[in-house]
Amino acid sequence: MGRPLTPFLWLLFSAGGTVAALLFPIHLFLNGLAFPLGWLSAPAYDPLRSLVGHPLTRLYLFVLVSLPLFHWAHRFRYTLYDGLQLKHLTMLIAVLCYGAAVVGSLAAAYTLWNMSS
Amino acid sequence: MSTARYTPYHPRWYRRRVSVWWWLQSRSYTGFVLRELTSVAVAYFALVLLWQIRALGQGPEAYARVIARLRSPLFVVLDLLALAFVLFHSITWFNLAPKAMVVRLRGKRLPDVLIAGANYAAWVVLSAAVAAILLSR
Repeated sequence: MGRPLTPFLWLLFSAGGTVAALLFPIHLFLNGLAFPLGWLSAPAYDPLRSLVGHPLTRLYLFVLVSLPLFHWAHRFRYTLYDGLQLKHLTMLIAVLCYGAAVVGSLAAAYTLWNMSS
Repeated sequence: MSTARYTPYHPRWYRRRVSVWWWLQSRSYTGFVLRELTSVAVAYFALVLLWQIRALGQGPEAYARVIARLRSPLFVVLDLLALAFVLFHSITWFNLAPKAMVVRLRGKRLPDVLIAGANYAAWVVLSAAVAAILLSR
């Protein structure tokens, strides 16, 4: 990976780690478990749809999906190097990890862009 | 390493081959690798979120289908596992914050407890805000 990129990638890792640390536990608990399983009364479709239609909510959701993906890319890359001793595949792993984060972010941007209410 | 090439002028390095399972040999290594693996849970949930958002945009039927899928045992187990890992990420992240972020006030370094505490406080406030918004819909 090009040297000049490193601080920028580290910044994305750090920002994504903070977003995930602060917001993922509550969203995972509510959106992943409590609402689907009926532990708490889930928001109805229409109010939820109009909430997500708001530009600020869409910006929030973009940050909530995109930054943690870059956090994953950075951390998982080093997990593969150290954990599985794949140091010789440095370039390939870096391209695959950051590439996946870029693709995920573009998908999130595209989806959210088309969700104006 | 089997791929290393040696020349008469280059000494052979003595390198013991480290097992791929090196991190099971001590608790702190295991903790380190588990912490690194939290990133997989983070990516998993980012994709589940995107999946839900996409379905929400496609209409009530598509959204109901995704919610029904999330009720399946596979996703319940994955989500419970991911929740454990994500909580581990949050706790280790906040505890490391004072090491990564040195704050000085009037020339004095703020104590670590205060910085970690501020992170935990932000966690509580933001979680409560998200819950309040979603539960009021």
